[in-house]
Amino acid sequence: MSFYGIVDGTESSLKHFLAQLPGVDQVGADARAAMLATRSIKTTSKRWAIDTAISMVDLTTLEGADTAGKVRALCSKAVRPDPTDQTVPSVGAICVYNDMVAIARTHLDAIGGKHVPVAAVSTAFPSGRASMAVKIQDTQDAIDAGAAEIDMVIDRGAFLSGEYGLVFDEIVKIREVCGDRAHLKVIFETGELVTYDNVRKASYLAMLAGADFIKTSTGKVAPAATPPVVLVMLEAVRDFYQMTQRRIGVKPAGGIRNTKDAIKQLVLVNETAGPEWLTPEYFRIGASALLNDLLMQRMKMDDGYYASPNYVTID
Amino acid sequence: MTFEYAPAPESRAIVDIKAKYGHFIDGKFLPGKKHFATINPATEEILSQISLGGASDVDKAVAAAQKAYTKTWSKLSGKERGKYLYRIARILQERAREFAVLETLDNGKPIRETRDIDIPLVAAHFFYHAGWADKLDYAGLGKSPQPHGVAGQIIPWNFPLLMLAWKVAPALATGNTVVLKPAENTSLTALLFAEVCQQAELPDGVVNIVTGDGSTGAAIVNHPGIHKIAFTGSTEVGKKIARAIAGTNKKATLELGGKGANIVFDDAPLEETVEGIVNGIFFNQGHVCCAGSRLILQEGIADELIEKLKVRMAKIRVGDPLDKNTDLGAINSREQLSKIQELTSAGDAEGAERWSPACNLSAKGFWFAPTIFTGVTQAHRIAREEIFGPVLSILTFRTPQEAIEKANNTPFGLSAGVWSEKGSRILWATQQLRAGVVWANTFNKFDPASPFGGYKESGWGREGGKHGLAAYLKEGK
Repeated sequence: MSFYGIVDGTESSLKHFLAQLPGVDQVGADARAAMLATRSIKTTSKRWAIDTAISMVDLTTLEGADTAGKVRALCSKAVRPDPTDQTVPSVGAICVYNDMVAIARTHLDAIGGKHVPVAAVSTAFPSGRASMAVKIQDTQDAIDAGAAEIDMVIDRGAFLSGEYGLVFDEIVKIREVCGDRAHLKVIFETGELVTYDNVRKASYLAMLAGADFIKTSTGKVAPAATPPVVLVMLEAVRDFYQMTQRRIGVKPAGGIRNTKDAIKQLVLVNETAGPEWLTPEYFRIGASALLNDLLMQRMKMDDGYYASPNYVTID
Repeated sequence: MTFEYAPAPESRAIVDIKAKYGHFIDGKFLPGKKHFATINPATEEILSQISLGGASDVDKAVAAAQKAYTKTWSKLSGKERGKYLYRIARILQERAREFAVLETLDNGKPIRETRDIDIPLVAAHFFYHAGWADKLDYAGLGKSPQPHGVAGQIIPWNFPLLMLAWKVAPALATGNTVVLKPAENTSLTALLFAEVCQQAELPDGVVNIVTGDGSTGAAIVNHPGIHKIAFTGSTEVGKKIARAIAGTNKKATLELGGKGANIVFDDAPLEETVEGIVNGIFFNQGHVCCAGSRLILQEGIADELIEKLKVRMAKIRVGDPLDKNTDLGAINSREQLSKIQELTSAGDAEGAERWSPACNLSAKGFWFAPTIFTGVTQAHRIAREEIFGPVLSILTFRTPQEAIEKANNTPFGLSAGVWSEKGSRILWATQQLRAGVVWANTFNKFDPASPFGGYKESGWGREGGKHGLAAYLKEGK
């Protein structure tokens, strides 16, 4: 394997590469994210941003209590977020546990949602604490059931104890399992990595190992997708593209609850990685409650007032 | 997919600009005599007519300040003075949006900066100094320090209301009264501040505002009734003032020009460094005395960093200062624009290489694209002289010692920045740099508690903090 010709697959080569990355000044990164949050997105650009955000949502249910009924309802919502308005785009994907994938895929196909992919979380999501064999089986099951996207978690324990080679090898292995049947998102759980330096290192590690997307969080741990964390990841994909001509996607997940938050994310993308990333192919937002706020803000732009939650469906 | 930001204009409706202004003396607005137009530098529209204060106006103002000092202000306890300052601070906060819009109209700087930086800092200065008013005995300046009396204050056009706050707040907190002359280009927020003084029921004559030009300023400096002078402006005028008061008993603080060195080591946090460089020279259109106008860059990372800087500069939004998404506003005046053009032409002539991102500059108003010059050395005019515009001169260095030498090799000494992930290097560099303000991994950060001022030709004395109080006090009995 070539790893873009940048590392050779050994841990020492990887450690060497990660060690020479410039540090991230936390105060500076926070300040840049805060400044970009002051952008005022109005009228036509707001309307565009809302529709774009809707098309980027990975509509998610990852609960122990998930049932076939719950997943089917989510699928309907994913295809037609607003049954009273056909102009609302479908979301970017459905995201479920691997034993719900078949149900989701079948139902989506039945209701005119062939264009909506099913993403499955994998590798002993959310903790990542299991044997490699289990993680591989987890991934295989999801792909066999029809998942076109795999959201894996990295081994944070290994990362925090400096075992970068182990973290790298796991991603390489899961990428192999995905083959060309599924694209691979790699979840860092940035809330557990804590420092922005770690986020930068994890970004490069994952991209070199074959990630198609880098993702902030499982949504089960706070803080999750804070703007400075997403900023650091966007800088990484931008620079990685410079180095390799390969465009890797970014997915913030967790903590993005309303339209304002979503628009702030789009501004971050626009002014960091660039407009080429402003498509569901390279940017997704992992969310559940966000979709309804996007719909209500969209209605407000048409009607002039913010609707009550009764005017959007709960799922 | 491009994400164009639709226009997001801040409304002007909140501001009520009169057709003509006079002076604010002894608690009242008096009509002025000779008037001149003040314009919006982004559009060249005339905003109002400002009075050119003459010797008699200055006389009246100083007399009012003297009377207020003797009869009212010096009789109040520090706690009572503090109450007025708290009230002024609170009113400024309540009228924050109005002041922000007015400052943007008069100065040309973006509303995002007046709203998020200038006006909050203005309120902060008044709150901070309100707290000192009754604690002067504990400032380490002696058992019972006393005010000088009447302070003559002359402020520049780059941060009109903020420079007013830096002057008026400490003067009042320490028990002095004030005659202040705002810059002729930017008098409107000072005149609105006079309304706030009335609203706060500040005793008559404690603050007096006389508008005008250099001649008005000279009249204040030379007036025998002025005990202390506080000036912020060019080194050239600062020297004139120093000469004028030599041999008199007048105390003075001078906050003058700079040619700040922003030093980037090869272990700097690159992304945030680029932000810091941009902030250091393009904030406020580069009209900043402490601007990081010389980038002193370790040679080994120069190419990489300059590339990143260019990519970042292409995202700077130049345009209508009242649009909330604008990053770079108008140059304050035609004169300043000419100065910038003259010096940048010198840069070209002396062999430096100029670069700006493509910009759509309006035909009306005064505009200059954000610009960098590479291949600059110490012997270039653009490395020596203060341009006071959005123009960055980029020099390189080989060793840390050389960086310090280049940074210090200037008659100025106001500010410097150091960018490195290595703490020991930052501490070492900070000790070596002859600059009154040194920023580490950041730039242009201000706080009323932090004393601001320079070495050498950047001036005398400090403003802000305990050190700033000292200028307005003398030893008591």
